[in-house]
Amino acid sequence: MKKVYIHQYNYLSPLGNNAQTNWEALVNYQSGITLQPKLGNLDGYYASVIADKTIDNEIETFDTNKLPRVLKMAIAALQPLIEKQRITPNSTLILSTTKGDIKALEQDNLEEASIPFLAEQIASHFGFRKRPIIVSNACVSGVLALAVAKRMIQMDMMNEVYIVAVDEVTEFVVSGFNSFQAMSFEPCKPYDVNRKGVNLGEAAAAVYVSANEPTKNSIEIVGDGSINDANHISGPSRTGEGLYQSIQSALNEADITSNQIDYVSSHGTATLYNDEMEAIAFDRLALNQTPVSSLKGYFGHTLGTSGLLETIVTCQMMQNKKAIANLGLEHLGVTKPIHVLQKHIDLDINYALKTASGFGGCNTALILKKV
Amino acid sequence: MESLYITHVCKIQSQQIILNDKVVFEDVESADLNSFLKNGYKNQAYDYAKFFKMDHLSKLTFLAAEPILQDQDDKNIALVFMNRAASLDTDVKHQQSIQNKEAYYPSPAVFVYTLPNICLGELSIKHKLQTENCFFVSENFDSKLMYNYAEYLIRHKNVDKVLCGWIDVLENEYRAVVYLVEKQGEIEHSRNELEQIFI
Repeated sequence: MKKVYIHQYNYLSPLGNNAQTNWEALVNYQSGITLQPKLGNLDGYYASVIADKTIDNEIETFDTNKLPRVLKMAIAALQPLIEKQRITPNSTLILSTTKGDIKALEQDNLEEASIPFLAEQIASHFGFRKRPIIVSNACVSGVLALAVAKRMIQMDMMNEVYIVAVDEVTEFVVSGFNSFQAMSFEPCKPYDVNRKGVNLGEAAAAVYVSANEPTKNSIEIVGDGSINDANHISGPSRTGEGLYQSIQSALNEADITSNQIDYVSSHGTATLYNDEMEAIAFDRLALNQTPVSSLKGYFGHTLGTSGLLETIVTCQMMQNKKAIANLGLEHLGVTKPIHVLQKHIDLDINYALKTASGFGGCNTALILKKV
Repeated sequence: MESLYITHVCKIQSQQIILNDKVVFEDVESADLNSFLKNGYKNQAYDYAKFFKMDHLSKLTFLAAEPILQDQDDKNIALVFMNRAASLDTDVKHQQSIQNKEAYYPSPAVFVYTLPNICLGELSIKHKLQTENCFFVSENFDSKLMYNYAEYLIRHKNVDKVLCGWIDVLENEYRAVVYLVEKQGEIEHSRNELEQIFI
């Protein structure tokens, strides 16, 4: 099977307008989560929201006034990668999103709210000739999009792939999460005994993936798995079965054992059930001693972007030999002992595990290896 | 490399449920999709109360997949689905519940269905399928992607069978085409065959 690598990446969040500025903010323990003005009927909630001028500054070279904000975010994240290496007729665009431009529904605009319509706009902006591929699989979308790229490159269906992941903080999503009573009305605390739920966030992330010869900064994708819990549509399995099997599938493909994993970038949404479920799954895999952190305390839960964004940050950790701490944790509050990082540590990461779980009972695991 | 095969096809369109080219249910009376879906469920004499809590996309998925999955003892069946509208049919309903600030009633029972992959979760629960899942969105049925993804799962992920499908619904427009890919059969799994099935 072909070896597939993440060669380039970029992302945009409230913490920075590119990968390097974001990394510097993470190293300084900065969080993008802030108290938000009233939205709909919701007052006093926290989220990680990008300033409009940050997005517009990134794409000021053309007239963007009329473009939907979510499209501008996607363009801003992807543009630097395309400037580095030109698109060819063989280039494929993969879009990862849960809600696309869902704000268009406020104006009853079904066409603009359509996800293929958004994908087509991104594709035509950059001149992709192939039809875009869209992964929309709840909160695992970003990690699953990487697995799809790797798998389809190995099937020789794709050659060079640009993945862009984007989702916005909207009244649509905020009101929905709030109706589930899944939102925290203070900055989120993944794995903490006093965790109260999710802070939503927004970000756009992009990677360039191919089987081309790696450089010293390339990161190989050596295994993946995406297994459903078959348990509940809006809550995780109590035994972490789907996540356990997803990680097992990824380990088998990578042909390594769990004790070879040097670092785990978890999902860690800070809901009671998600964090507990992950601790159980990691414990079942004897990952108790392995350093683990959720990045939700910095970026909030960025939905369809989160898996790709957090994989990129994991690549940065591997390249910088530094594991980023789990912001928001004071006292561990899960029933299985796991090694959640409270401070950044210097760490040589050869193999890293990225996981995500979401509504519909979905889970995805991806194993990364330093070249 | 040995070929894979398409063994079952179920379509729902124009108020008919068609299993392997045979019409198993027809309902020309129903005025809308909602009553057609309920009538289809009753006609097939299913006994699964969760059906009535589902949104239209999941109901349509259930009715198209059940004729194929109910005879399968093997639980190592992956699910790979695709559509155009994602969950827009239910998105519109959630939007209506928050559009008016004076009558603001977002409901978790509706909101949970504002993700297209929930229909895969419903099938996984019904048939206890702890297997690979993926939901793609595409302007049109992408036979190349569906073909390659199903082939990958069986050849490289120890999956026995893959239930693939196009399940699209937006208001009263709908179409479902679901098929099973496995290692034995007569009709070869090929892009050409998928295009034929989809016509």
